[in-house]
Amino acid sequence: MTTQILIAGFGGQGVLFVGKFLAYKGLLEGKQVSWLPSYGPEMRGGTANCSVILSDTPVGSPIVSKPDVLIALNLPSLDKYENAVVPGGMIFIDSTLIQRPVRRTDVTAVAIPVTALANQMGAPTLANMVMAGQLMRRCDAIAFDHVEDALKKVVSAKHADLFDINRKAIQTGYDYAD
Amino acid sequence: MAEKVLMKGNEAIAEAAIRAGCRHYFGYPITPQTEVAAYMAKRMPKIGGVFLQAESEVAAINMVYGVAASGKRVMTSSSSPGVSLKQEGISYIAGSDLPALIVNVQRGGPGLGGIQPSQSDYFQATKGGGHGDYHLIVLTPASVQEMADLTSLAFDLADKYRMPAMLLADGTMGQMMEPVLLPEEQVHTVAKPWAVTGTQNKRPHNIVNSLYLVPEELERTNEERFARYRQVEENEVRYESYCMEDADYCLVAFGIAARVSKNAVDALRRQGIKAGLIRPITVWPFPKAPIARAAEQVKAFISVELSMGQMIEDIRLAENCRKPVVLCSRAGGMIPTPEQIMQTVMEQNGGND
Repeated sequence: MTTQILIAGFGGQGVLFVGKFLAYKGLLEGKQVSWLPSYGPEMRGGTANCSVILSDTPVGSPIVSKPDVLIALNLPSLDKYENAVVPGGMIFIDSTLIQRPVRRTDVTAVAIPVTALANQMGAPTLANMVMAGQLMRRCDAIAFDHVEDALKKVVSAKHADLFDINRKAIQTGYDYAD
Repeated sequence: MAEKVLMKGNEAIAEAAIRAGCRHYFGYPITPQTEVAAYMAKRMPKIGGVFLQAESEVAAINMVYGVAASGKRVMTSSSSPGVSLKQEGISYIAGSDLPALIVNVQRGGPGLGGIQPSQSDYFQATKGGGHGDYHLIVLTPASVQEMADLTSLAFDLADKYRMPAMLLADGTMGQMMEPVLLPEEQVHTVAKPWAVTGTQNKRPHNIVNSLYLVPEELERTNEERFARYRQVEENEVRYESYCMEDADYCLVAFGIAARVSKNAVDALRRQGIKAGLIRPITVWPFPKAPIARAAEQVKAFISVELSMGQMIEDIRLAENCRKPVVLCSRAGGMIPTPEQIMQTVMEQNGGND
């Protein structure tokens, strides 16, 4: 089985970081993985996106053009990629920042106010990790395990003090049910 | 046991180079290869190596020339416009028969171009680039694992044949992360009796030079060099063959284009169209023999490239006009989709059935 994930948002929302977390989690589960960021000027204040592929077989192209799972952290990302999602796929949106619903009816849409939830827990920059928690709750292909080990790989030693709050953000997202 | 780590392609190059015994890196930042320099800047001072950010690409390649003359493993890295600047120095290194590694993480061109991935420096890498009769051994990684493995191999081959080697990657390979099993630390033991290391008054001077004003002598050095190139062509061709056993259509692609092509091969086969892929891992020397063999079997070749069509010329030369060779490409930093490749194959399929 292969799960193609596209994560998109503003530069600074932690798009690449959450992608890295998911890729490492996949690696720890023994999957084949790839992580491909957009790079260059769009990272500085514009839109950033990141392709993550988790697979039981070797990954071919690392470019996700037809995602099974789209995570849209802002409206331009939803506008741009909504129609690219495969029928039967999933779209996760940050309903704090995106005022419109998902229009596609042939996908599973999950709207969760991750920015508001992150603000409530006093960690406004961790909306991305709240989303990761919800992703693990809702998406069968991405289990809620190896969370701490994967976090250890992506939270650098320099920022070790942020480990617990990242873990908490993931838990908050996982526990959220509307 | 060694553990797989998740690494960017650019970082894998740098770590593999260090493990291959490279302790001298000279470079200048340019997207999308800057992580190579950044990694070297962090690591080299800790292991007694040299990281030097030169004042320009021209300076960096001439520093490489100097260290190469002393017999030490040395490298530089850049992206397309920066590699153009290095061409004079590369020609001098080749003309002096010195081993060195040059990494090109390609971006769109010509000119300053863009910063998105490209393969449009194929001609420059495989057909000379600088002036004079010379070749580089050119290796084209298609995964982060190969970014590491081919870096080690490039150092070994450069030493073995006394010639510069190039790792020809692209922005995608540089920026993507994949699990990689890093090569073991190696001690290289190739004897370098030609190296300029000081005579201790015990032997005649070694002279490293590319200037020969007597034409007979210069011709002789060229002929000796080309005798070595023939050995490289005989011994060092590397490629991967994927689903070619019964293929009617042969895609030829390297690097990121090969990754996309594999998806296309799989999807075409699900539709009953027998496609296969030959992936050159060396583009100089080019895998002529497998292409020629495939020409006996397939209905057409499809060259999949991130350029306006450069490798397609080598495919045509190798298959000797026996079968149609068509181009499927994007340029300027764009990447062909599996669907575009499938479409190109299906057009050929329609034309032949």
